[in-house]
Amino acid sequence: MSSPILKLVAQRVALGILLLVAVSVLIFAGTQVLPGDVAQSILGQAATPESLANLRAELGLNDPAYIRYFRWLGGVLTGDLGTALSSGQDIATSIGGRLWNTLFLAFCAALISVPLAIVLGLLAVRYRDGWVDKLISGLALASTSFPEFFIGYLLVYFFAVQWQIFPGISTVYDGMPFLERMQAIALPAAALTLVVLAQMMRMTRAAILNVMQSAYVETAELKGLSAFSIIRKHALPNAVAPIINVVMLNLAYLIVGVVVVEVIFVYPGMGQYLVDHVTKRDVPVVQAVGLIFAAVYITLNIVADIASIVANPRLRHPK
Amino acid sequence: MADKQAATDKKSNLLLDIRNLRIEATVYPPGEPPKNIVIVHDVSLTLERGKVLGLIGESGAGKSTIGLSSMGYGRGGVRITGGEVILNGRDILKGGKQGLRKLRGHEVCYVAQSAAAAFNPAHRLMEQVVEATLLHGRATRAEAEKRAVGLFKALSLPDPENIGNRFPHQVSGGQLQRVMTAMALCSQPDLIVFDEPTTALDVTTQIDVLAAIKNAIRETGVAALYITHDLAVVAQVSDEIMVLRHGRLVEWGGTRQIIKEPRQEYTNALVSVHEIDHQEKKPGTAPFLSVKNVTAAYGGGKVKVLKNVSVDIFPGQTLAVVGESGSGKSTLARAVTGLLPPEQGSITFDGRPLANRLADRPKEDLRQLQMIYQMADVAMNPRQTVGTIIGRPLEFYFGMRGRERDTRVAELLDKIEMGKGFSDRYPAELSGGQKQRVCIARSLAAKPKLIICDEVTSALDPLVANGILKLLLELQAEENVAYLFITHDLATVKSIADSIAVMYRGEVVRYGPKSQVLKPPFDAYTDLLLSSVPEMEMGWLEKAIKNRRMESAGN
Repeated sequence: MSSPILKLVAQRVALGILLLVAVSVLIFAGTQVLPGDVAQSILGQAATPESLANLRAELGLNDPAYIRYFRWLGGVLTGDLGTALSSGQDIATSIGGRLWNTLFLAFCAALISVPLAIVLGLLAVRYRDGWVDKLISGLALASTSFPEFFIGYLLVYFFAVQWQIFPGISTVYDGMPFLERMQAIALPAAALTLVVLAQMMRMTRAAILNVMQSAYVETAELKGLSAFSIIRKHALPNAVAPIINVVMLNLAYLIVGVVVVEVIFVYPGMGQYLVDHVTKRDVPVVQAVGLIFAAVYITLNIVADIASIVANPRLRHPK
Repeated sequence: MADKQAATDKKSNLLLDIRNLRIEATVYPPGEPPKNIVIVHDVSLTLERGKVLGLIGESGAGKSTIGLSSMGYGRGGVRITGGEVILNGRDILKGGKQGLRKLRGHEVCYVAQSAAAAFNPAHRLMEQVVEATLLHGRATRAEAEKRAVGLFKALSLPDPENIGNRFPHQVSGGQLQRVMTAMALCSQPDLIVFDEPTTALDVTTQIDVLAAIKNAIRETGVAALYITHDLAVVAQVSDEIMVLRHGRLVEWGGTRQIIKEPRQEYTNALVSVHEIDHQEKKPGTAPFLSVKNVTAAYGGGKVKVLKNVSVDIFPGQTLAVVGESGSGKSTLARAVTGLLPPEQGSITFDGRPLANRLADRPKEDLRQLQMIYQMADVAMNPRQTVGTIIGRPLEFYFGMRGRERDTRVAELLDKIEMGKGFSDRYPAELSGGQKQRVCIARSLAAKPKLIICDEVTSALDPLVANGILKLLLELQAEENVAYLFITHDLATVKSIADSIAVMYRGEVVRYGPKSQVLKPPFDAYTDLLLSSVPEMEMGWLEKAIKNRRMESAGN
């Protein structure tokens, strides 16, 4: 029964892996093209030509690019992301806790924004073209139109400085009590929510409105169903595919696009880590973080694809 | 109006009483301010319990709009602005939204034209069939499902116990239409509105669905408004018939009176619409298009849709290809045009072989073969004027420009009996028949030897379709163009064909000059096809079902 689905899913996963390999090549190639030399940046201005040459040989920088690429890829596959040049620390270890922080923040923001966006979208459809719809659309669009750093500073100004409800700097540490942690990330989570809300809400509204034109929605209306049950029971299930796609795209943004918000709230996540090391020209770190972000992005998009496939009754229940 | 008088006498038995119904809509004509138009002009009707009233008319007659008003529903923003709709003794228009929701799916149920679109693809059939019954608290789920299975049986659906577990896409169109009837009957309503329930079906399937609906109505004693444009169909199921035109009542009477002794001229025109006396031409000596042993398949040879098909077309003559959906008649057209290259066999044109693939054919071959489609409105670019649409082949094939082209466009418009003034109009401003005429002019502009007409009259009202057929015949006489005429409608075939090919499951089962093909003895399938065409005679349905020799393919 599920054979066409399995085949499609297998195809998507294979395609995703292929894409990830391609991205890894691009990331590697990109960092090779960048000006600057790792050995030079490690040793600083005082380096002598001999010490530079020695270090290059030691780091394997004199090998051809494809050998260095496979060495790097081999390391990545075995969990060894290399060593940060600036600090000499193992990248995988320093990323571990930060990745978890970023995922936690993204997860909290998603937990608020996704249901909120869908419910707001449903409400907008229910009261379409009325003032409720216009108010929801207007506020959502306004919150998206503000740059996220602006929203971040507004939140800090009111909630941290004026009313002092939440901290303006989101410091978290291992073993922090859950409630305290939630309090610490309240503002960055709110900022992220405001940024991603509108797109998901608008897509929900548009996708459902599209389905509302269908003859089966009229059938439901002629059965005497209330407006909200029609939307929930008959329109929403047929609109999930486009909604899932936009939700996944935004989830990816929540993880990959947190750089600015993390910097504003000094949150110890991946974004902060990336920005720090970009300024230090720490190529191995940039490569590692880039690859992780790409993997997150591709994975979420595959999940969206698979979810859309599974949501289609024609594929789930073939003739 | 004797029947109306009789109805008011038996007041207690009165189910539906619509008085002076007026329905309006706002239209937005391009380039003009929005304006109100009246769709239904003060129409009144009454319906007794257990009776069936047929509402008949062309598109735009307001029949669906009137039917839906019995549920207080205005489709696409139409508004009921006047009159009363009295159902079971109360005016439902005064009950507010809440009151309407209570009666919909409970007192009145609806069966739509396209059940395939009217079922939600995301839910199983049973879930949808019992939904209204549960919503209105008419039965528990177990009772409702039991009742539904009983109805599936009564409507002679296959595997009635389990068909409810299927999703809409897993069931054929004819079956889906019966499931929808079961859905309407499940909550035991007083009235069902049937809105063209068999129009989208093949003739051979239509007859089964019609019989199932008729039996179900008789057995449950439900009253019905039966909406259709096909008088022969409505004559089989209704007690009374109401003829509507442009939102006004034309004639209302008993079924026998309407079909046998119509009092109004318009009714008379509807009753006697299909008659075109077309004299069959003798096949010439040499066909100019010859399809020889063509086999074609979809999905890389997996699904064979044409099996060893051979037909000939003679200059200036019409070959009609008939069959139900899935019989391969449109695929034959795709093979001839090169859209679906045949796997085996050959097509000769003008004494030389025609390239199989469209891409391999020279422009001259493309010009000689033109097509007209079923849906005229989607076959034209909505942002181009009629003049541009007809002028395009003139530019493309003959390199005509400027005044030369405009003169030719005007000539072509004249040929299709539309004035020069239409040149600047957009497709959206034309009626269905006018759109099809423009498509005919566009294909004629290429001066082709053969025009493939794919169900060109199927989407049109009978009177309009008749006009199109007459036009095609006139043009054939003038231009000596041949037609490959694809249709499922046998009445159309009689009016236009010189030779006929009957197709069934990808094969030509009967082929020859019209007079021979339509002369008994028939093979089983041709017999089924011919005997399934509704005749304007009461009791035809029962007779046809009793006498047929094979089951239709829809089952």
